[in-house]
Amino acid sequence: MVESVKESNSSNISNKNIKPIVEYKKVHKSFGDVEVLKGLDLNIFPGEKVALIGPSGSGKTTIIRMLMTLEQPTSGEIIVDGKNLWHMEKNGKLVPASEKHLREVRGDIGMVFQHFNLFPHMTILQNCMTAPVQVQKEDKESAKKRSIEMLEKVGLGDKLDNYPNQLSGGQKQRVAMARALVMRPKIMLFDEVTSALDPELVGEVLEVIRDIAKEGEMAMVLVTHEMDFALEVADRVIFLDDGVIAEEGKPSEVLEESNNERLQQFLYRFRS
Amino acid sequence: MTINWKWDMFFEAFPFILQGLGVTVGLTFACFLFALIFGFVWVFLRRIKFKPVNWLVTWIMEFIRSTPPLIQLFFIYYAWPMVPGIGVSLTSFESAIIGLGIHFSTYIGEVYRSGIEGVDKGQWEASTALNFSTRQKWTKIILPQAIPPTIPMLGNYLIIMFKEVPLASTIGVVGILSLAETYGTDNFRMLESYTIVALIFLALSYPSAILINKLEKKMNRRFDKKAALQDSKGAVV
Amino acid sequence: MIIINAMIEVFPVLMKGINITITVFIFSSIFSYIFAFIAGLCRVSNNRLVRGGTSIYVEIFRGTSLIVQLFWLYYAIPMLFDVGIDNRLAAGVLAISLNYGAYMSEIVRGSILAVDKGQTEASIALNLSRSQRMRIVIFPQAFRMMLPEFGNYLIQILKATSLVSLIGMTDILYHGNILRSTNLSAAPTVYLLLLVFYFIMALPLIFLTRKGEQISKRGVAS
Repeated sequence: MVESVKESNSSNISNKNIKPIVEYKKVHKSFGDVEVLKGLDLNIFPGEKVALIGPSGSGKTTIIRMLMTLEQPTSGEIIVDGKNLWHMEKNGKLVPASEKHLREVRGDIGMVFQHFNLFPHMTILQNCMTAPVQVQKEDKESAKKRSIEMLEKVGLGDKLDNYPNQLSGGQKQRVAMARALVMRPKIMLFDEVTSALDPELVGEVLEVIRDIAKEGEMAMVLVTHEMDFALEVADRVIFLDDGVIAEEGKPSEVLEESNNERLQQFLYRFRS
Repeated sequence: MTINWKWDMFFEAFPFILQGLGVTVGLTFACFLFALIFGFVWVFLRRIKFKPVNWLVTWIMEFIRSTPPLIQLFFIYYAWPMVPGIGVSLTSFESAIIGLGIHFSTYIGEVYRSGIEGVDKGQWEASTALNFSTRQKWTKIILPQAIPPTIPMLGNYLIIMFKEVPLASTIGVVGILSLAETYGTDNFRMLESYTIVALIFLALSYPSAILINKLEKKMNRRFDKKAALQDSKGAVV
Repeated sequence: MIIINAMIEVFPVLMKGINITITVFIFSSIFSYIFAFIAGLCRVSNNRLVRGGTSIYVEIFRGTSLIVQLFWLYYAIPMLFDVGIDNRLAAGVLAISLNYGAYMSEIVRGSILAVDKGQTEASIALNLSRSQRMRIVIFPQAFRMMLPEFGNYLIQILKATSLVSLIGMTDILYHGNILRSTNLSAAPTVYLLLLVFYFIMALPLIFLTRKGEQISKRGVAS
């Protein structure tokens, strides 16, 4: 299945045979007078790995923050698995989504943040267990078992009872990933997850993302500055510039063969 | 439930009670001035490095701060004249200035201290490197940076003291609270009288608090460059 | 010798009021916290009406003087509820706790708003509901930040209990004042003892506050 998705993406992104899991339709977003997204149209397919690159202020983080419902689009629609994210139907009319509606739709989405955002007053294990128990009403024992498994998978099986402030940045970010994965999302969002790390800790975090990507069934959207990593992991790279998609395609095409001048300038800064 | 309220008495009492405002406000500023000056004494005393003195000063401040100002007023007004040798008789106004002034000077002293400690260590080092004298360090470098950020905090204490000043009515200072009591007992209109006092306090302290809040924000912008930067950048994308 | 004698005479008289002082302090502290949490949470509510109504309460009680509120309630309570409750105790406790509840609600509100925005975002990403976000993630972190100020306000509340003598409650200050009015020469002993009394009661609170500062410093690093 993963193979077929890859093919469909590379040949024709709007392939009619496979339904996208996320659709952005003419999405605009402004902060005050500044318009950061100017009519975004973008489909993401099940299991697809998409890397968003671009200069700061180009709107790449905003794209995933809107999908996580942390930011509301100024106009346009976002469809998740066939359901409208920011709007709902009421008496035949589209009205702004209620908190309840948002909770229903965003259940399939998980996110990892630049600054980890672990809960400082909970142990590592509690960080992972809380949401499955509270949100998905999973039985405590089973949530605990799955959390431990997940933490072992990211190499932190020996830190279960530690608090976040006892961990290194790389360890914190691995906990954050385990915490998101325990919720079994269909779409995972990574917001510059290595930017806040010391250079020597970046590797361990990328290693985990690589492992998750290999498993394949989850769609992943990565906002990243790690070009080599994007080249390796992504099915598709999207270059955003000034609020629009300026270039997209297979990683090798975009990162190595494109003639887009802005993209060349942007890449030049990372290849010195 | 019977609410016994007479508007005509309310309006009659208003000008009568308002006569005391001068005394209340005057006493507030007198206490404040006293506390501002005495606050420096605490800062100076706390900078003495000799351990026992430092310990003693700290606990004296703690004592003054954690005991009721009302009893401190009574002590100065009733008990001080009775103390053999050093006792002096003071008027109720003087007692209030000293009592409330000393009580709040311990808080004001802390404000000064936080201002001084808020000055970056590098400033001391830089002024040493430039070979300033101790006096010059204080007057030219440290204090000019330490004082402005404390102004809003001092303003807050002015408002707090304004609200504590009616305590002085208990030792016979005739401000708005005393007049309200007089009018209330003479005419059996306690609720109207005290409502008037409350309204006067609200009318003066609420706008002052807003003013100081604004001042504080302005100061923060000027002295905290990080905040200023965030402010001008607006939303972070 | 004279001093010791005076103390032996004065001390038992003051002790007669200790029950009242402690009762008022305990009730006032409990109600202050209750008012502070209710008002503090209301002030971060999404509902405009709730927010607005609460800020009127907070501004009125912060904008007027405690002693004025005390007298006002002392005369207003019998009119509002003409039941046979001890209106002096009710007025005393209610005035102190409404006053300090208003001040402390600002601490509650400020601490909640001071919790890093990333915490809210992470809990949205984990799909926690609004109330779960507050209960599980935000409030426990905010609570640690409240501790030092809460300790400080306990000392303020203790100091404020001395005011209830002004509405005729027979607390330690009341008994002290009576003693002074019959024997002025006892005044220094009376008031010094009263101050020491209050200081001794404040001591545990001072240490509690310092403890709170430590906990609060430990708890916020992420």
